[in-house]
Amino acid sequence: MTETMDQIFVLLKHRILAHSPVSVQPIFSAALSAIAILVVFATLFALTTILERKGLGRFQNRYGPNRVGPFGLLQPLADGLKSLTKEDIVPHSADGVVHMLAPIVLVVAAFLGYAVLPLGRNMTAINLDAGLLYFFAASSVVELAIFMAGWSSRNKYSLLGAMRAIAQMISYEVPLILSTITAVMAAGSLSTGAIVESQTGYSGIWPHWFVFTPWGFAGFVLFMIAGIAESNRSPFDLPEGESEIIAGYFVEYSGFKFALFFLGEYIGMFAICGLAITLFLGGWAAPFSFLTWAPSYFWFFAKLLVLIAMLIWVRATLPRLRMDQLMNFAWKFMLPMALINLFAASTWHFTPPGAIRWIVGTILIAVPYLLLGRGLMQSNKLEKRTYRFAD
Amino acid sequence: MLGEGILKGLAETARNFFGSFVSKERLTTVQFPEERLPQPEAARNFPFLVYDGDDSQAGLRCVACQICEKECPPKCIFIQKSSDKKPDYIGKQQFYPAVFNIDVSVCMSCQICVEVCPFDAIEMDNAFELSTTDRFRGLLWSREQLAKPNSYFHNIHPATAAEVDERLAEAKARAEAKAKPTVAASTTSQPDSQTTTS
Amino acid sequence: MTTAPVKEATHDERAAGCGQDELLEIALGPHHPSTHGVFRMDVVLDGERVVKLKPVFGYLHRNHEKIAESASYLASMPYTDRLDYICSLTNNWAYALAVEKLAGLQVPERAEYIRVITAELTRLVNHTATIGFLTQEMGASGTPLMYAFREREKILDLFESLTGSRMMCNYMRFGGCRVELPAGWLEQTKKVVEEFPRFLDEYEQLLTGNEIFMARAQGVGILKKDLAIDAGVTGPMLRASGVNYDIRKVDKYGIYDRFDFKIPLGEHGDVYDRYMVRMLEMRESLKILHQALRDLPQGPLMDPKAKIRGFRPKPGEAYGRIEAPKGELGFYLISDGSPNPYRYRVRPPSLINLTVLEDMCRGYSIADTIVIFGTVDIVLGEVDR
Repeated sequence: MTETMDQIFVLLKHRILAHSPVSVQPIFSAALSAIAILVVFATLFALTTILERKGLGRFQNRYGPNRVGPFGLLQPLADGLKSLTKEDIVPHSADGVVHMLAPIVLVVAAFLGYAVLPLGRNMTAINLDAGLLYFFAASSVVELAIFMAGWSSRNKYSLLGAMRAIAQMISYEVPLILSTITAVMAAGSLSTGAIVESQTGYSGIWPHWFVFTPWGFAGFVLFMIAGIAESNRSPFDLPEGESEIIAGYFVEYSGFKFALFFLGEYIGMFAICGLAITLFLGGWAAPFSFLTWAPSYFWFFAKLLVLIAMLIWVRATLPRLRMDQLMNFAWKFMLPMALINLFAASTWHFTPPGAIRWIVGTILIAVPYLLLGRGLMQSNKLEKRTYRFAD
Repeated sequence: MLGEGILKGLAETARNFFGSFVSKERLTTVQFPEERLPQPEAARNFPFLVYDGDDSQAGLRCVACQICEKECPPKCIFIQKSSDKKPDYIGKQQFYPAVFNIDVSVCMSCQICVEVCPFDAIEMDNAFELSTTDRFRGLLWSREQLAKPNSYFHNIHPATAAEVDERLAEAKARAEAKAKPTVAASTTSQPDSQTTTS
Repeated sequence: MTTAPVKEATHDERAAGCGQDELLEIALGPHHPSTHGVFRMDVVLDGERVVKLKPVFGYLHRNHEKIAESASYLASMPYTDRLDYICSLTNNWAYALAVEKLAGLQVPERAEYIRVITAELTRLVNHTATIGFLTQEMGASGTPLMYAFREREKILDLFESLTGSRMMCNYMRFGGCRVELPAGWLEQTKKVVEEFPRFLDEYEQLLTGNEIFMARAQGVGILKKDLAIDAGVTGPMLRASGVNYDIRKVDKYGIYDRFDFKIPLGEHGDVYDRYMVRMLEMRESLKILHQALRDLPQGPLMDPKAKIRGFRPKPGEAYGRIEAPKGELGFYLISDGSPNPYRYRVRPPSLINLTVLEDMCRGYSIADTIVIFGTVDIVLGEVDR
């Protein structure tokens, strides 16, 4: 029974494919997966917009939107209708074709990454041997789309804003990719399916997720921070925040194209979270061995919702970083930490299992973290100050 | 340690998040117009004219002395004295305002008119849901729109209204005692003084 | 909301490439989410650094001083509420102080204590709003702002039950206060004062040690001590630069010499110091409030010699100043014996503090300019009058 529930979507897909001719089956199978991913994640996007607004409201001691529909749940519908009916303004001097293509390229590139995410047992859309490589290649096209948006406006400062957004995204690609190499080394394969398979064991009731090792935990934290920077979310949303003052890369967009940018950003965020789950949090594996009766896709989406909640939490709390501080942080802290993490992960592999492995691993990560942290604060001359009182 | 302050900040917002489901202090929204907060006694918005009894013409306390018109800082009050007189709550013949207009789009709710009125005839209302579609005539209130009964005054400012009533009753008693000096020995006209003030 | 039009590159400039280093002039226009009102800054940028900055104000000029010349002294009191519209009670006090000096009126003790209580509550109201808006400008998506406003509401409720209005209080009169404290107000105020330190601790936990906040605030917008004194800057900005000057201690107006409180001083004069000086000042205000609420005596509220109507002070001049939450707020009055003043002049702390904005912002980027501007803490009602 649990087996059927777990594989119900796979069985459904096989049932549908059985009715089609054999020559068309591969392409039909891919199309079905694509449609399923589009539907599921677009719905998740709509749900996230309302969850984010209500979540932010609760963090700020207020209700979120609660007038449209019960508990405000129809709010995304109202927002979608509004953005569809707004006038589509294109600047006179803008390059029309590029201006139109930029949001479309963004959305397409963001969706391409989902092809290799294992959403459940046997539920990866395409099982590539170099899945991780494909994911990073596809998600880098997002940066191209941002540059297209800034370039097409023919506005010197819009271009400058776009270039800074790209500088941010490129600087954070390096720690992002380096932190994933530890998971690749531990699993021994670039395939996302294989990485998840290597995390499905249990010792007693405790799972074998990579996040429960020192290098996995550090890798997870580094990956999430770099991922937030990649998707331009607070506290790394200077390209968007600065559009209040200097033309940001998408300030010339209105109506539906703006909604597409918004959609693209959130889809990218879900993809990064999905990859974090795959690499470090055990993918579709249940957290404890006595919970394996629940379907695998339920666990994947539950973990995804937890990560999204954490991202909303971080957005509600932290102010924005300035551009130079952002770059400083990436190159002077994240990159060295990622390299040291690699070293710690490989040391873990060669030390015998037991308490000594844990102690060595933790020290190898904690000591450089403290030293680098202190160095970063001192180089920016940040300190904890005490104040005197006049008498 | 780098990140310690950020973690403490995250803990603080998490506390507010979970607190918003359990305590009223962490979720201070009042869902207007379904829920309303009661206004304090002293709350003021725009002035209104008080009348005693049921007749807004005969019971109007205002005697058109025009002090409020003179003291009003933005000069939003316009009064025209009548040519005839009518009796006030003591029985003395007084003028009354034939025209008493307040332009509420100019009024700044400073309450100086209430402070300087020697007859407790003008008081501050606390109604604030006053939107109108006519920007000019809808915001120029005439005497008929401004006149409200003393019972309304008691409703919105009970303590002040009680104090005003006491003062007026005392003044009336003193006036009546002065008017009948022969009967003033032991049986003063105390019982009579409470009849007309409502 | 975007700014006023950005200068379009001409065809030749575009052809020559974007590498040309021309100075760009931007108007951070009167319509801006972060300028605390209708205020314009003409900024000249070199790439990203600010080269020149010219503040342009006057969008909210309402002829306050001229109106006062044709209105009586009492009629100007509600207009002073609207100068620094966040702190109306301190504006009222400054004006009442000036007129009392002019006419030689004495204020009874109970009224002095009530004035101190309301002024310190106003200081709390102002500083929480300023810090909340500062974090909003740094991009913290409104969370610290909402917490600050949640606490502010409690104090505004106190004002409403005392004076009738949350913001435009119109409470002080020449020679005392207008109306007696309502029943239960003292207990309510004591409760608010007792719960406030816990909120300040929570707020500090959220902000003071936060590395991102520190990185945005420390070392940004430094105002040197000498420049601050030369330019006439007063208030928390001056004390954050290290100058020990608080009019409550210098003039000892009212009954401030009876209270035991200290003046916090900063060292570097940057944004972080101004923020911390305001936080520490709030704690000192709570100390003053505690003492005032404990020692409040009974007695009359108004000087018996004071007149509400027909007030004609003798000819002369007077300057009354107080430590308003934003700085030194002063009223200069010249009377010629008539019911209206001959000259009425306001010394607005926000305007005087604004004159050093260019010196503080030169060399920083636009994002920093917005943050520095937030700590100058201006209110356009006061700058433009």
